[in-house]
Amino acid sequence: MEIHGAAINEKYSVAVANSRGIRCVFQELSLCPNLTVAENAQIIHPSLKGFGWRKRADALIKAKLDEIFPGHGIDGDDLVGDLSIGKRQMVEIARAFTVTAQSLHLVILDEPTSSLDVVTAGQLLAYIRKSVEGGTSCILISHVLGEILDYADRIVVMKDGRVVAERAASEFDRDSLVAAMGNVVKEARIEAHEQRERERGTTPVVVSAVPEKQTDGRALVAHKGEIIGLAGLASHGQTHTLLQVYQAAGKSDKRSRVEGPVALVAGDRQTDGVFHLWSIARNVGIRSIRSMVKFGLIDQEAEQRLADEWRERIKIKTPDMDNNILSLSGGNQQKALFARALGSDAEIVLMDDPMRGVDIGTKLEVYDLIRAESERGRTFLWYTTEMDELNNCDHTYVFRSGQIVAELSRNELTEEKVLQSSFEETA
Amino acid sequence: MTIMERITNPRFLRSALPLASFAVLLSLIFYVQPRAMSYFGLNLMLQYAVPIALATIAQMFILTVNDLDLSIGAFVGLTASIGATLLADNPVVGVCALAACVAAYGAIGALIHWRNLPSIVVTLGMSFVWLGIAVIILPTPGGTSPAWIKAIMGLKVPYIPFPIIAAAVIAIVVQVLLMHTSYGATLRGAGGNPRAIERAGWSLLKIKIVMYSAAGFFGVLSGLSLIGLTSAADAHIADRYTLYSIAGVILGGGEFVGGRVSPVGAVIGALTLTLTGSFLIFLKISPDWQIGAQGAILIVVLALRALIKRREG
Amino acid sequence: MTALARTLGRQRWIWAYLGMVAVWLATVTFTGGKGGGEIITAALSFAAFTVIVGIGQMFVITTGPGNVDLSIPATISLSGAVAMKLMGGDNAMLLVGIAASLGCGFAVGLFNYMLIRILRIPPIIATLSSSFLILSTAISYGRGLKIKPPSMLADFTTTQVFGFPVLAFFVILFAAIMALILNRTVYGRAVSAVGQNPRAAWLAGVDVERIRFRTYLQSAVLAAVCGFLLAGFSGGASLNMGEEYLLASIAVVVIGGTSVAGGQGNVAGIIGAAIFMFLLVTMLNTFGASAGVRLIMTGLIIVAVITIAGGDKPQR
Repeated sequence: MEIHGAAINEKYSVAVANSRGIRCVFQELSLCPNLTVAENAQIIHPSLKGFGWRKRADALIKAKLDEIFPGHGIDGDDLVGDLSIGKRQMVEIARAFTVTAQSLHLVILDEPTSSLDVVTAGQLLAYIRKSVEGGTSCILISHVLGEILDYADRIVVMKDGRVVAERAASEFDRDSLVAAMGNVVKEARIEAHEQRERERGTTPVVVSAVPEKQTDGRALVAHKGEIIGLAGLASHGQTHTLLQVYQAAGKSDKRSRVEGPVALVAGDRQTDGVFHLWSIARNVGIRSIRSMVKFGLIDQEAEQRLADEWRERIKIKTPDMDNNILSLSGGNQQKALFARALGSDAEIVLMDDPMRGVDIGTKLEVYDLIRAESERGRTFLWYTTEMDELNNCDHTYVFRSGQIVAELSRNELTEEKVLQSSFEETA
Repeated sequence: MTIMERITNPRFLRSALPLASFAVLLSLIFYVQPRAMSYFGLNLMLQYAVPIALATIAQMFILTVNDLDLSIGAFVGLTASIGATLLADNPVVGVCALAACVAAYGAIGALIHWRNLPSIVVTLGMSFVWLGIAVIILPTPGGTSPAWIKAIMGLKVPYIPFPIIAAAVIAIVVQVLLMHTSYGATLRGAGGNPRAIERAGWSLLKIKIVMYSAAGFFGVLSGLSLIGLTSAADAHIADRYTLYSIAGVILGGGEFVGGRVSPVGAVIGALTLTLTGSFLIFLKISPDWQIGAQGAILIVVLALRALIKRREG
Repeated sequence: MTALARTLGRQRWIWAYLGMVAVWLATVTFTGGKGGGEIITAALSFAAFTVIVGIGQMFVITTGPGNVDLSIPATISLSGAVAMKLMGGDNAMLLVGIAASLGCGFAVGLFNYMLIRILRIPPIIATLSSSFLILSTAISYGRGLKIKPPSMLADFTTTQVFGFPVLAFFVILFAAIMALILNRTVYGRAVSAVGQNPRAAWLAGVDVERIRFRTYLQSAVLAAVCGFLLAGFSGGASLNMGEEYLLASIAVVVIGGTSVAGGQGNVAGIIGAAIFMFLLVTMLNTFGASAGVRLIMTGLIIVAVITIAGGDKPQR
C-alpha cells in the first residue's frame, strides 16, 4: 500500500492514516459519549492544547458544522451522549473534515447518511462535492443508489469482498448499476431446487409477526413446514424481526404470535453462537440438555449420542466431537450451530444469515438438510443476504429500514425484484 | 423552556442530585440540632471531610478509566503511617518513600493495562501489600505527625470553617485539571470510548499510568491530611476509606463505567458521607448504623438515578 | 507441544496443590519434621470455611466479568450473630438457628439480586452497598454479644477423628456435590455458558436472569452457612469474623484455577488453594516472619497468580 506514492513501512494503523491526512467516518461512531462536542474535536487534534484550547476546538467544530449542516442546532458544549443519533453522526462527519496541523487529503465515509434525514443528507452530499472540488478526495460507501449516481465521479461495485465493476459514474444508470450488483459469481450459482408447487395456507400458521417499525401493520407469516426468506440489504430490520420472534416463542404479544419451540442459528458465530471454551459436543448439546436429564444430571451418553448423530447427518469434519469448537474451520463451526438448532426440539428454526463466510460445499449440504427438515414439518425463517439462497425459500419478505416492503412467492421471486424493492427510495 | 420544565429535565435532575442530597442532609441536621449551624459546629462535623474527599478524588481517577480500586483505604493507611514516622523523622526519606508509593500506583495501572487484568482482584491483593508494609513501618498505633501538617489542618480561617475551604480548593483544582484541560478531556475520553482514543493516536497505557499515579498522589494527600487531624497514625486508620471513596464518587454523580465523573460532585459526595455520621449522632441513633446508613443513602441515590434514567428513556 | 501446553493450561488447579505440598514441605523441613501432622489438621479445619464461601464466589465469578460478590464477609457476620443470639447456647434451638442462618442468606441473596436486576446496579457496587447495610444490621443486632454456641454445634465443628476434622470431611463431600452440579447439571452448564457469552447463552435457550439469580442466592446462602459454622468453631460470633473472607474467597477462586474472565469454574482447585493459603501463613509464622511480611506475601501471591493467569485469557 502506498500513500502519496510513498510506501508505508511502519505498522499501519488508524493513527498513521490520520497523520497522512486520511480520515474515516466509521459506521460505529468513534465519538466519546461522555465528552462534549468540542472535546471530541480535541481528541483527533492533539495540537489543540494550552490556554484557550476549548474555545479554539469549539470554533473549529462549530465552523465546520455551520459549513456542512447550516442550521444544525448543535452546541459545542453539548455532551455527545445527550445528542440524538442523527446529530452525533453530523458531529462525527464534521469532525472528519476539520483541519488543524496536518492537511486533509482523503475522507472515507461509510454509510454516512444512514442516520441522517433527507435535508441533512442533501447538505452533506452537496458539501462532499464542494470539498472534492477543493481538492480533498472522498470515498463514499452507500447503499442508496441515488446518492452514488448523483454525487460520485467513479463507482466501484463490490460484492462478497470482490470488486465486480469499476467505471465512471456517467457510464452507469440505475438499472445498469443494479444489474452490475446482481450478475455476479456465475460459477457459484446454485441449482435451484425442484420447484415445490405448494398452495400457501394448507398448513396452520405458526408464526405471525409485525416488525416493530412496521407502520402499515403488514405481518410476516409462516405456515408450518414452510421456508420463509427474509431478504433486503444487510441490517434493515431482519435480525430484529427474528429476535422479536425468538422472544415471543411460546407466547403471544401485540405484534407477534409464535406457536411452538424456537431455536436460532446465529450468523455472527463469535458474538452470538459459539461457546469458545467448550467442545463441539457441548456446543451442539446446549440447546437440548434440558431434555437429557437423568436423576438430575445431564446424561452424558445421550449428549454424546446427539453429537455423534449430527456429526454424521451434517458431516462435521472432526476426528473427535470432544475437541474444542475452535479447532473447527468456520464452516464446520457453523454446521455445529445448525446441529444445535436442528438437533433440538424446536419446531421453528430462525436463521440469522448463517452462511456468511461458509464455503460452497458446506452450503449445499446444509441446504439439502433444511429442505429435508421442512418436509418433515419444521418451519424455517431464513434471513439471508445472498440472493441464491432465496431460491430455497417458499416465500420471501423483503425488508427495508426495518419494515416489510415487498412479499414475493416462490414463482414471483427474481433477483431484480428483490433488489428493486431493497433500493426503492421515497421520492 | 419554562422553569418547571427545566427543573424536571432529567439531565438537570441528574447533575443536581448530589448537591440536593447534601443540602437535604445539612438542613435536616440544622433542624434537629440548631447549634450545629455555627462556625464551630460545622468545623467539627466536617473536619474529616478533607481526607475522605481526597481519597474519593483518588478513587474517581480510577473509576474514570472504568476500573475500581479496592486498595485505596489500605493505601491511605500506609501513607498515613509513613507520614507519622519516616516523614516526621527524616523529611527527605519520607518524601522519597511517598514518591515511591505514587510510582508503585502508576506501575499497578501499567500492569493492569498490560496484562488486561481485572482491577478488583489486583487491587484487592495490593491492599494486603499496603497494609503489610504499613504494619512493618508502624506495628502499633502511634507515631507523631509533622508539625507543619498539623498546622495546616488546624488552620483557623475567619468566617468560613477550614474544611469547607479545603474541600472547595480540592474540588476546583481537580475540576480544572480533569474537566478543563485538553489532556483531561482525553483522559476522560479513555473511559467513554477507549477504542476511539486509541484510534486517534493516544496511548492507553500512558493514560492508565497517569490516572493511577494521580490516584496514588491523592491517596498520599489523604493520608497526610488524616494524620494532621489525628496527630498519630495506625496502619488500619483508613480501612473504611475504600468504601467511603467508592460511595463518595457514586453519590457525586459519577458512573461506574463510561468515564462520566464529576470532581466537584465527588467532593460533595464525600461531604455528604461525612455528615451522615453527625446526623445519626444528633438523631441519637447508635453509631452501629453509621455504615448502614451510608449504604442506604448509596442505594437510595442509585435508585433515584435509575428512575431518572428510565425517564430519559 | 501446544497440545501439552493446552493440557497443562486446562489443569491450572494442579498448581494450587503443588504449592500446597511445597509450602508444607518447606515448613516441616524448617521445624525438623515436628508438627507436620498438626499443621495439616489445622489447615483442614480452617480451610473448610474458606472452601464453603469460595465455592459460592466461584459460581458468581464464573458467570462472567464484573460479577463478584463483595457482601460475603458481612453475610458471614450477620448469619453468625443472628444464629448465636437466637440459639442462646441451647442445643434444643439448633434447628431454629440453622433456619435463621439460612434465612439471612436467602434475604441477602434476594436483596443483592434485586439491586442488580431492578436498579441495574453493577454487581460489584450492588453487593458492596448491600454489605454496608448487612454489616450494620449485624453490628446493631449482635452488639456486646459473646454467646457461646450450642455444645452440639461446637462439637460438630471441632471434633476430629484420627486428626481429621469431621467438618472438613463434610466440606469435602459438599465440594464433591458442588463439582457435580458445576460439571454435570443443566444449571452448571448454563453458568458456564452465561460466563462465556451471555448473549449467545440467551440465544441458545438459557434463561440468563434465572441463572444469575440462583448464583447470587447460592453465594449468599453459602456465606450464611459459613458464618453459622464459623461461629460454632470459634466459640461464638464476633462482628469482624467475616473480614478476612473477602480476599480469601476471591483468592482461592483465582489460585484454584477458575478463569476470572468467566465461563470456566473449578471446585477441586478451591480446596487446594484454601489449604495452600493457610499453610503459607503457617510457614511464614514458623519462619518467624512478622505480621506485615505475612500480609505482603499473601497480597503479592494473589497479584502474581492473576498476572500469570491473566495472560491466556481467551479473546472474545
